[in-house]
Amino acid sequence: MEYYLLIPFLPLAAFLINILFGKAFLKDKAHWVAIPAVAVSWVVAVMTLMEVIGGRTLNQNIYTWILSGNFRVSVGFLIDPLTAIMLIVVTTCSTLIHIYSIGYMHGDNGYYRFFSYLSLFTFCMLMLVMANNFMQLYFGWEGVGLCSYFLIGYYFDKKSASDAGKKAFIVNRFGDFGFGIGIFVIFLTFGTTYYDQVFAQAGAFAATRYSFLGFDVHLMTLIALLLFCGSIGKSAQMPLHVWLPDAMEGPTPVSALIHAATMVTAGVFLVARCNPIFSLSETAMIVVALTGAITSLFAATIGLVQNDLKRIIAYSTVSQLGYMFLACGVGAYTAGVFHLYTHAFFKALLFLCAGSVMHAMGGELNIHKMGSLKKYMPVTYVTMLLASFSIAGIPGFAGFFSKDEILWLAYSGASPVGKIVWAMGTLVAFLTAFYSFRLIFLTFHGSFRGTHEQEHHLHESPKSMIIPLMLLCIGAVGAGWVGIPHLLGGGAHFTEFMKPVLGHAEGHGTHIEEWTVMGISVLAGLSGIGLAYFMYMLRPELPGKLTQQFSTVHRILFNKYYVDELYSALIIRPTIWVAKNVLIGVSDARIIEAIVNGVPAAIGGFSQQLRRIQTGRIHNYAVFMAMGFLIIAAIMLLRVW
Amino acid sequence: MNMLPQLFFGYFAAALIVMSLLVITRKNPVHSVMWMLLLFFHIASMYLFLNAEFIAAIQVIVYAGAILVLFLFVVLLLNLKDELETDRFIGSWPAGLLVSAAIFVSLAAALQSLVLGQKGNFTVALVQKITHTKALGQILYTEYLFPFEIASLILLIAVIGAIVLAKKRMRSH
Amino acid sequence: MVPLTWYLLLSAAVFSIGVFGFLTRRNIIIMFMSIELMLNAVNISLVAFSHYLQDLRGNIFVFFIITVAASEAAIGLAIIIALFRNKNTVHVDEMHEMKG
Repeated sequence: MEYYLLIPFLPLAAFLINILFGKAFLKDKAHWVAIPAVAVSWVVAVMTLMEVIGGRTLNQNIYTWILSGNFRVSVGFLIDPLTAIMLIVVTTCSTLIHIYSIGYMHGDNGYYRFFSYLSLFTFCMLMLVMANNFMQLYFGWEGVGLCSYFLIGYYFDKKSASDAGKKAFIVNRFGDFGFGIGIFVIFLTFGTTYYDQVFAQAGAFAATRYSFLGFDVHLMTLIALLLFCGSIGKSAQMPLHVWLPDAMEGPTPVSALIHAATMVTAGVFLVARCNPIFSLSETAMIVVALTGAITSLFAATIGLVQNDLKRIIAYSTVSQLGYMFLACGVGAYTAGVFHLYTHAFFKALLFLCAGSVMHAMGGELNIHKMGSLKKYMPVTYVTMLLASFSIAGIPGFAGFFSKDEILWLAYSGASPVGKIVWAMGTLVAFLTAFYSFRLIFLTFHGSFRGTHEQEHHLHESPKSMIIPLMLLCIGAVGAGWVGIPHLLGGGAHFTEFMKPVLGHAEGHGTHIEEWTVMGISVLAGLSGIGLAYFMYMLRPELPGKLTQQFSTVHRILFNKYYVDELYSALIIRPTIWVAKNVLIGVSDARIIEAIVNGVPAAIGGFSQQLRRIQTGRIHNYAVFMAMGFLIIAAIMLLRVW
Repeated sequence: MNMLPQLFFGYFAAALIVMSLLVITRKNPVHSVMWMLLLFFHIASMYLFLNAEFIAAIQVIVYAGAILVLFLFVVLLLNLKDELETDRFIGSWPAGLLVSAAIFVSLAAALQSLVLGQKGNFTVALVQKITHTKALGQILYTEYLFPFEIASLILLIAVIGAIVLAKKRMRSH
Repeated sequence: MVPLTWYLLLSAAVFSIGVFGFLTRRNIIIMFMSIELMLNAVNISLVAFSHYLQDLRGNIFVFFIITVAASEAAIGLAIIIALFRNKNTVHVDEMHEMKG
């Protein structure tokens, strides 16, 4: 574990080399710098996991950056079970996606730039998960947001892409503002920003009340909700979910890495890491659970009617993130992190398969223009199918174990909203299965609905893209087997592993209840698949008729409940109006320009008047001299001095 | 007759003031120079009154004899015909009057707080015994030799400067 | 005995008359003569001090003042001649090229 510093700093080195020398020297060999770096990080991460499983943890400060009175900020690393799992997730997905990008980004002009930003992102994400204090966490947080902006707007000459990049960054900013204030309150309360000190003292403040902006609030609730603001922004929960679908403008590897597996899960990581604070506040837990559940349902309904391949998967991501928050909100932090871990694999796989399809279809995204691709792209088809089984929660696949754990603990846990969110979660499971298989059937089955041009070019993707798909598929299917619950005869190793950090949420219920809940969720998944099969394979004309009959509902869902339009009218247009008319019109033009132009003009005018003293006539100068003498004499005589 | 010193002083003071006023108010510059000559003689006798016969001699020789002659030369050199018709004073002469009156008032007011220093050892009797010139010479060539040499340098510069400034430009052949 | 302050007042009076002449006359030669007047006023007060404090340093000072006044008068008059050659006038209120 002594080599743990290699994990974040190798990608940083790869970023620096690529960004400095990429344009001139490396060009399309840039991957030879980035991939070994991130692969070695992966190896060290696996070794670290082995050591953590053996029981070793580490909390070390490397370099003190700020030391001011009580306030100390340093670069420090904490390696415990939660970090170890996150390291595996980040480095595995990052390495595989780096390899995938060789094929996907082949021939692109900014090839070196892409790899340098991927390495920078990996560095920031690793700093985020390995931090041992809030300031470093915030640094990593902002860093991944920045890289997200760079990578979403990678095709910067396309206006929609650069707009999407801006949107992601700005919407994140709203969340990060609350997060920042949360860190301030933490410092004010605990006097430190180090996790170990904060969490150790948290219990002492369990009942403290605090005066915030004139309101008397429960301190732990306040802190938890402020921290959750950051999570809402970063993990695209309501109401800050609007950036994630637009982020699909970026290249598909970016969508896979950042907006599926790693960056968006940072919000869940935050809540899990801060579980001592969250557990002390019932209100915050309820807020988290309900936000997660509502977002989950909301996004799933939108995903039902979308036609854009990547957008369906994006809404699926929002929905699954809602699941993770649902879990954390009912106290099942371990289940939430478990779902994070399995979701990373199958969601990244779904995105990469989508990229493979786009690669074959020449960039086409509309699933209604695809069809019967399974005979042209067998590997892609099989891996995507397995990933979809996983996300639908079919028993035996990774997604089943994590989703089932969440639903059982929601139902049987101590949370007051447990049953409600369980019901919503089960409904979402049904919808998830439905839209995932709608996508599969429309894309891979049936008859080809695209143009002849596209049909000629249909081919399986190159090896550099296929091999990561297959490797991820192993994860998507088998990653869950470390967490097989006791009920099914497994050892629940994952839960045991995470117990020291995340606590253990026990479900209070009988075995019969547990079996029933499991059965209901499996039933929901299977019926979703069945309905999709019915509607898209057996009766393909049915969707069209339903769209016409429920056209209003369809329109609302298709337009994402008009949330973007609402924000535009409520927030964006007034802000732009204020900027144009008040800030530019008044304060810039009238006040600042007045000062900036006025002061020199005043000085000029003053000096114009002042130069009239120099008349060129000796008598005037003599009179001035005499007057000067008189003034001094007067001062001295009248003893004013 | 112990009022005699005061009477003498009164005459000289009045003469000095009247003559200085005349100097500055004449239209004809030559008249101004003449009145100044008379003024300098009165000042010289004032010095005699104050037991400084060497200074009186110098006043007459240098001031009246050299400087004023120089002034007269220049006045006669600049052939000023229209001087008698034009205005003597500038337009804003009341301001100048005010300022100079204020200067006099401030100087007079400063006199109220005059504190004399320690008396030296060149009593009147001593100076009369070894003559003023010898006394001055004794100090000048011992204690104040350096300023004396510098004064001679200043005079040298004046000689050179006056020649350079006043000579006509040479046409280059 | 004539008190010292009388001499000093006399000196002040002659000095301020010299100031008045300098500030108000247009002819530069007369202005020069008022400068000489001011210098002489100072000489009077210095010699008076020297007499009343029985110290010869006042006289030494006057000696040097007279020396410097002589050289200054020489150079000043040379400048006036040069000025007259260029401007053809001795009235200083007609010379104001150096105005700002």
